[in-house]
Amino acid sequence: MTDAPDSEQASHTNAFANPDVLKRLAKRHAAEKRFQIYGMCAIAFSVLALCTLIFSIVSEASSAFTRHYVTFDLTLEPDSVIPEIGDSYDDISSNVTGFNQLVQSNLLETFPVFAEDRNLRRELFAIVPRLGVLPIARQTAERPDTIGTERSFRVVLSDDLDLFLKGRITPSRSVDIGQAGRLGEVGAAEYTLSDAGLDGFPVLQRVWAERETFGSALITVNGGWYRLTNVAGAVMSLEFLAGGPPRVGEQDGADIRAIILDVPETDRTTSDHQIAWTLSLQESGRIERRLNTSLIRHSDSTYPELAGAAAAIVGSILTMIVTAIFAIPVGIFAAVYLEEFAPTNRLTGLIEVNINNLAAVPSIVFGLLGASVFLDVFGLPRSVPFVGGLVLGLLILPTVIIASRAALRSVPPSIRTAALGLGASQTQTVFHHVLPLAAPGILTGSIIAMARALGETAPLLLIGMVAFVNEVPTGPNDEATVLPVLIFKWFSGAERAWEPMTSAVVIILLVLLMAMSLTAVLLRRHFERRW
Amino acid sequence: MPEATDQLPANATAITEDRIKIDCQNVDVFYGAKQAIFDISLGIQDSAVTSFIGPSGCGKSTFLRCMNRMNDTIDSAQVNGKIFMDGSDINDPSVDPVLLRSRVGMVFQKPNPFPKSIYDNIAYGARIHGLASGRADLDALVEDSLKRAGLWDEVKDRLQQPGTGLSGGQQQRLCIARAIAVSPEVILMDEPCSALDPIATARIEELIDELRQRYCIVIVTHSMQQAARVSQRTAFFHLGALVEYGDTETIFTNPSDQKTQDYITGRFG
Repeated sequence: MTDAPDSEQASHTNAFANPDVLKRLAKRHAAEKRFQIYGMCAIAFSVLALCTLIFSIVSEASSAFTRHYVTFDLTLEPDSVIPEIGDSYDDISSNVTGFNQLVQSNLLETFPVFAEDRNLRRELFAIVPRLGVLPIARQTAERPDTIGTERSFRVVLSDDLDLFLKGRITPSRSVDIGQAGRLGEVGAAEYTLSDAGLDGFPVLQRVWAERETFGSALITVNGGWYRLTNVAGAVMSLEFLAGGPPRVGEQDGADIRAIILDVPETDRTTSDHQIAWTLSLQESGRIERRLNTSLIRHSDSTYPELAGAAAAIVGSILTMIVTAIFAIPVGIFAAVYLEEFAPTNRLTGLIEVNINNLAAVPSIVFGLLGASVFLDVFGLPRSVPFVGGLVLGLLILPTVIIASRAALRSVPPSIRTAALGLGASQTQTVFHHVLPLAAPGILTGSIIAMARALGETAPLLLIGMVAFVNEVPTGPNDEATVLPVLIFKWFSGAERAWEPMTSAVVIILLVLLMAMSLTAVLLRRHFERRW
Repeated sequence: MPEATDQLPANATAITEDRIKIDCQNVDVFYGAKQAIFDISLGIQDSAVTSFIGPSGCGKSTFLRCMNRMNDTIDSAQVNGKIFMDGSDINDPSVDPVLLRSRVGMVFQKPNPFPKSIYDNIAYGARIHGLASGRADLDALVEDSLKRAGLWDEVKDRLQQPGTGLSGGQQQRLCIARAIAVSPEVILMDEPCSALDPIATARIEELIDELRQRYCIVIVTHSMQQAARVSQRTAFFHLGALVEYGDTETIFTNPSDQKTQDYITGRFG
């Protein structure tokens, strides 16, 4: 040190102020900062993606969580309610035709003008689905003493009209025209209406001038609903559709309102008449928007307004139970053996490689395996949660094994040597010390694997769990479907109403997943508290 | 005079004086193809502390682990030669290592209490070996073991708290108490103080001295002062071979081998 040059010594003493050192330091700090920003950007991106996903699903599904119902005050005529074949519970509760008669005659009473026109009658009856009377039938069958009395029931509104009221198809806007003048009768259901005020009519004329750009204009006055057919000067020509009977010749100055429907009638699944009936029912307070409990109470149906996910929810839960009972113990024991007992040799190496490979096999391959082995060789029934659970169990087995091995490996070896040093056998060491310490990790891994199984569709399609199931399964050997398959089926449905329903099922699936993760967290806490 | 002949009679005279608890004859240990222990023969005295000293990697821990067959847990390890405890071969296939380890307890370099309560840490060995019948018996055993390890006064009010919450020195005494609780005849200690501060070390050394009355203790240590303080017999290992073995006083004051001389005076290692 004594013979070191002076300059070098100076640079050593001034190391904190050396510009070269400072420059390098600044560069290092900049790199650190840059890396943190990358990280934050990545997190922000993931959060944004997640939020977008959840927002789009929830906003799409929100309309499926409520539904419009029509109130009917029905006199339960024994002639209609009790079918010819008998008056047992089953006979009454499945008497769709009889109850439809009651509902249809009620509708005809409400809108009497068109009783003679067969096409219009069909349209009128279609505003509630044919099977929508099933709940009424069931209620009546449960209380036969109510037969013959008048009771109030709610029947679900048809899906397209429901979506119309929710504003999700056939956008419409409301325009105030002015006060009604004199209503004159021209022909059958054809009227003219003049404007009493002076200010409103130019609005109507403007609307009529733009008639090429929209579908139909419905005019409502005094509770009656009309279709606008022409505007000539200060007189409009109307076609009566629904609602309160036209009061010809009166000068009452009631408000006139126009509902402009943007889509032409021919491009819609709902006719002007149906819309008018619905709006008329709504005006008279017979339509209410209620929570759609059928989504979780009913099982699948070809009518979206009646379809529910109950069978799929129960099917999914049953399948998960079978999967868990099969895959988790087998996976844990395989992991324990490989990690704690198996000698390191070529065979165990081969097994390890194959487990890792199996974890990467596409899930549909497991479906093929399930179909050929469980269904064809063992002759197990199709479409049942038991087989679905086994297939999904095989699918997640490698994941459970890998996760469990990682958890076992993370237990410090000092715990093993401590137990062995005390004279515990290998098995005692594993079961008394290593497994309890690895349990939280094993649980987390298993639950993640189960979550994957819960969202799996492809293998279940191949073992027939895509079948139409309209009864809630009661055991693992009943026909069932599962939520992801239901999503797949509903999403390919033709009616627009399936779309929000699909999103609603996605939300149910997410809720189930969250319940599973919550269970994992709680179990984890429980296991960790013991130490 | 050659080293070997110079050494063996010295040992032989010393060993005949007291009873031999563990007698090792021509022990070799291999890890795979690599030989870690070369033909070691020595006898461990009962009711005394024997210390193994030597530079890092000289095989003293490996040799220690032969005495309760902890090397069995390493797949690649292979032990040749004979080790007799009270005249019976511990490597005999008829000897269950589980039984052997209940007679030969072990304390490790790093305190490794189970992540359970203090009580359960002590009671575990007794439970698996069925040493206590009933709760009262077990309570008494736990108290006795903790007292003998000099830990009772510090933990008697918090027996249900986790053993991992104790200080390092307390944890190590807990591990010693845990080893004592299964009533072993031999206690092997693998650098029990290397992770502890001087005060905790002093307490452990005191404890070792007390335990000497009832147990045969073998201790591996890096600290020559510790070996000199606690042990009656000392073995010096170098490169997997036993260089010198004899009374501690002799080894430290008048070693017969030049390597021992160099090591204890700090010239290498």
